[in-house]
Amino acid sequence: MVSNILSWLIWLPVAGMVAILLIPRNKVEVIKIVAAVSTGLQLWLAIMLWLNFDSATGSFQFMENVAWIPSFNISYALGVDGLSLPMVILTPLLSFLCIFVSWKIDRGVKGYFALFLLLDTGMIGVFLALDFFLFFVFWEVMLLPMYFLIGMWGGPQREYAAIKFFLYTLVGSVLMLIAILSLYFTCGYTFSIPELIESAPSALDGSLWWGMSAIKVIWVLLFVGFAIKIPVFPFHTWLPLVHVEAPTAVSVILAGVLLKMGIYGILRINYPMLPDAVFWFAGALAVLGLINIIWGAMCALAQKDLKKLVAYSSINHMGFAMLGMAAVIAASGLHGENYIAAQAGITGAVFQMFNHGTISAMLFILVGVIYDRAHHRDIDGFGGLAKQMPVYAGVTMVAFMAGLGLPGLSGFISEFMCFMGAFPVFRVIVIISTLGIVLNAAYFLSAYKRIFFGELNEKYSGLSEIDGRELFTLIPLAVITLILGVYPGPFLNMIKETMSVLIDQVVLIGNFAVIP
Amino acid sequence: MNIFIEYSLFIFFLPLAAFLINIFFGKRLPRQGDWVSIGAVLFTLALSMAMFAGMIFSYDPDFQVESSFTWINLGDFNIQLGFLVDNITITMLLVVALISSMSHIFSIKYMAGDPLYSRYYAYLSLFTFSMNGIVLSNNLMLLYMSWELVGLSSYLLIGFWFAKKSAADAGMKAFLTNRVGDIGFFIGIMLLFTAVGSVVYSDIFTSVADGNLAGTLLTMAGIGLFIGAMGKSSQFPLHIWLPDAMEGPTPVSALMHAATMVAAGVFMMVRLFPIMTPDALVFVAYIGGFTALFASTIAITQNDIKKVLAYSTVSQLGFMIMSVGTGAYVAAFFHLVTHAAFKANLFYGSGSVIHAMHHALHKKNDHETDPQDMRNMGGFKSRMPTTYRAMLVSTLAIAGVPFFSGFLSKDAILSGSLSFANHHPEHFLLPIFGFSAALLTAFYMFRLMYMTFHNEPRMPELIEEIHESPKEMTFPLVLLATLSFFIFYTLPYFNPFSDQGWFTYVIEAKTSLVHGAPSAHAIAEGIHHSHLPAMIISVLVAGLGFFLAWQMYLKRKLSAERYANKFSTLHRLSLNKFYVDELYARFIYTPVLKLADKIAFLDWDLYDKYVVDGFGKFTEWFADLIGKVDYDGLDQGIVDGTGRTANRLGDILRNLQTGRLQNYILFALFGVILIVIVQTMV
Repeated sequence: MVSNILSWLIWLPVAGMVAILLIPRNKVEVIKIVAAVSTGLQLWLAIMLWLNFDSATGSFQFMENVAWIPSFNISYALGVDGLSLPMVILTPLLSFLCIFVSWKIDRGVKGYFALFLLLDTGMIGVFLALDFFLFFVFWEVMLLPMYFLIGMWGGPQREYAAIKFFLYTLVGSVLMLIAILSLYFTCGYTFSIPELIESAPSALDGSLWWGMSAIKVIWVLLFVGFAIKIPVFPFHTWLPLVHVEAPTAVSVILAGVLLKMGIYGILRINYPMLPDAVFWFAGALAVLGLINIIWGAMCALAQKDLKKLVAYSSINHMGFAMLGMAAVIAASGLHGENYIAAQAGITGAVFQMFNHGTISAMLFILVGVIYDRAHHRDIDGFGGLAKQMPVYAGVTMVAFMAGLGLPGLSGFISEFMCFMGAFPVFRVIVIISTLGIVLNAAYFLSAYKRIFFGELNEKYSGLSEIDGRELFTLIPLAVITLILGVYPGPFLNMIKETMSVLIDQVVLIGNFAVIP
Repeated sequence: MNIFIEYSLFIFFLPLAAFLINIFFGKRLPRQGDWVSIGAVLFTLALSMAMFAGMIFSYDPDFQVESSFTWINLGDFNIQLGFLVDNITITMLLVVALISSMSHIFSIKYMAGDPLYSRYYAYLSLFTFSMNGIVLSNNLMLLYMSWELVGLSSYLLIGFWFAKKSAADAGMKAFLTNRVGDIGFFIGIMLLFTAVGSVVYSDIFTSVADGNLAGTLLTMAGIGLFIGAMGKSSQFPLHIWLPDAMEGPTPVSALMHAATMVAAGVFMMVRLFPIMTPDALVFVAYIGGFTALFASTIAITQNDIKKVLAYSTVSQLGFMIMSVGTGAYVAAFFHLVTHAAFKANLFYGSGSVIHAMHHALHKKNDHETDPQDMRNMGGFKSRMPTTYRAMLVSTLAIAGVPFFSGFLSKDAILSGSLSFANHHPEHFLLPIFGFSAALLTAFYMFRLMYMTFHNEPRMPELIEEIHESPKEMTFPLVLLATLSFFIFYTLPYFNPFSDQGWFTYVIEAKTSLVHGAPSAHAIAEGIHHSHLPAMIISVLVAGLGFFLAWQMYLKRKLSAERYANKFSTLHRLSLNKFYVDELYARFIYTPVLKLADKIAFLDWDLYDKYVVDGFGKFTEWFADLIGKVDYDGLDQGIVDGTGRTANRLGDILRNLQTGRLQNYILFALFGVILIVIVQTMV
């Protein structure tokens, strides 16, 4: 086992980036290989981490802690637990696969892959940081390469999309920064996340800022910051735009990893640090989840652009996770200490986070495959492709079925856990949300029918079948989706202890009396 | 491990293995891998027969083995999956394995030459696998999962000839309609799980028996689960997908959309009968009774041979559902079993006819004539004697003629409804639904037989080319026709007028666990008393139906056209299936799609464009304004000439919205410093 494995995970891509910067720009193949090797090594490390991870405990493991800016009590602190581990596995996996998704990039190869590796570092850093300041730094580090990747390698409206993405996210960052500093100054001048989890609930208890509860103020600041990332209605409109303009690999990363940071942030920061506000906000969270589910599905149903459809489906799928998260309050005395529901909901939300990562990645790669061949994504512009590209049609069928929550594929289990968890507390909301079961099937199947069924569109009788490289990027994801759909036990065991700790942090420390 | 569980594991996994082999390697295998699927299904047939033999030898109504494992365990949240093998399971397994084997064999010739031959067999295996999951499950979770997978295989097989738009549409319609039902199913599961903390039947049953789970909650849960059954078993108003499902290959229609898959809803209701409250059961009974009559009124005017059979299936499923609702759930299961044999047979028969028509039309180079339209048939009796005889036997069975299986089971259902109405006179409609539907059943079935096989050919030029189908296709016909005789269900007794026999012995009615529900004994007593009147009425109505069909379509003494004109409104309603599809299109599909368009427009073209981008525009304008105030007002006006410093500051501020990232970060930093200052002051 490598020592300081978490640091290796974070800095390997940077090493790759430096190496790429040293390679002359015309050695395109070498650049790609370096990128593949560094992300591949990172993936291998993540797997090693997973194999050595102790599922029996819910606390942080493999911790590293070095003073960084001692005068402000800022340290370079890393750690992994059941909440971050799924994302720590998913991030290198998708980064690695995305190198191959991007293999055909022909413009600015050097810059592209260098930025991509930097993005990788930023993402995995966010999931591993245990110091709030470090967390914020990684959060911002991720933003810059994303901006350039969209703005330089994107579609026709790429500059508009990039600036919109950047501004939107920046607003979130600023709000988050305010919250971080508020916590720093009120809770004992520390940025350490574990320490803040200990101290924040009591330090903030009862304090009022300008007549408002400090807990609520900080919650709202953090929540809006994270909600923009998820994205929660009404902060969601940047997502379809950016997806439509972004190159395939960036879409994959965006949907697969970036959106999860919102949920991750809420569970990592908001829940344990501001447990009182969880009770105050859970109802709103469930309603927002419902809106995401229905609104996202309805918008997806109306789309003519396949990529936009998939983007809206992401909004829809995040709604399930939000419902599950809201279920945590079921474990409180107010709701009869229903730990069954709380565990189902919150574990389901984390599982949904991972599953959406693999499923949406598949969906975006598949959109990319057809776009590369037909140079458009108009759902009604195809027809009968199942005859021309049977393998592609088959893989798409698996991905669409996973997207609509077919049992036997992973998305079903996490969605059903979110529903089961939220049901005892938010009965009416969940019952309305189950409309999503039909709507999801409607938009996926109707898109499938229009693209693949019917008479073959003569224009596309020359379309080539999906090739080996593309299959290589899809098959691992499909296999994971299938395995987790049939046998989710080991995966859920990995996260369940951390979730138990989190539930207790919320319901035992949280005071569910009405806060001012 | 118990031998029954062991067998069940093989029955469960063999078809799955066949599916995986065929979907990945089928094309490269000899004979395109059909033998893999056929072998797997024949193996499950052998195992089912062995289990069946075991059941007959032990002859124990209370036989039951169960085995579970923990699938998900989060500490408090647990999901157990497992198998429950009792006499109902074993009987159903045999039905599924038998009909499935027949469809596999029938398809060898029927599907020969199809470019996706191997994939067809893969899908058949997938279906067999998921259907067995429904049958074997001892919990709602595995039931629901298999339920949806059955839906998937149905979607794939209905849309198997996907190049045809109607087939692709029908597949999607089936999937979506089933999902509507699944919403109810899912809500039912959530209600029960929340109350009990487990999805295993026995835990739920215990909870109901203890009285922990009762009243409105249990009624709602029961109705929720039943809505799932309505989707799968095609009950009004979710029946719309089944007639369209006939777009699939005919062996698929026989297997899934006649005998097994659509019976899954009935099977589930039989399984869950012990927790159905009397209130929920009344709802169930009315849905079933109404569907039985409603569908048969449509079947009498259809001209497509498969459509007649499809509506007949809907109607027969309605009979079964009604029977569950009236408490005679053993009769429902009995009818499920007998119906599986004779209805599958009728479908194979129609498949054989269509196959013959197809070849004849092909020979004549006629691509216009519809090979499924009965108005193009007639006089096939002498050309296809085996098909004719087999179909005739099954027609007698479905019409409820004594000495045939359908007579016994339908009679049991009708006695149940009559007895129910005796005890609850306010529900007098139920037996009326039942007996009217029985009358129409005899009518439309003989109409079908006469139009297809009797009289002079309507297309004489074709008749020479009409041939009996090959052995692979007639074998299932003969076998299943044989199974339409009463004797197979009444052994060891030989009384054709009583359903007494092994079936009613091993499948014993159990009293509902719901407090206040009538006991199984009381229900059985009531049925026994209604038996004779029900039998007499049902024979009379079947005879009347037959007589009308005979007069109209064979003897031509009564003119069908004249009656159609006389009741033209009714005729048009029936012919157009009461416009249910059109109503759905008008009041559901179109409004939902329109709403989706509106929401998408609101989202993208209004909200994003004006509100979100509006903020951006506003900031830009504001920055410009500040720039102007600063430069024109302050700099030029007041401190004119103060120098470059102010000028540069103005430049910076004016450029706030240039899109340069450095500026934004700077901006953020200013904010931070401001906060820090405020914070330290507070």
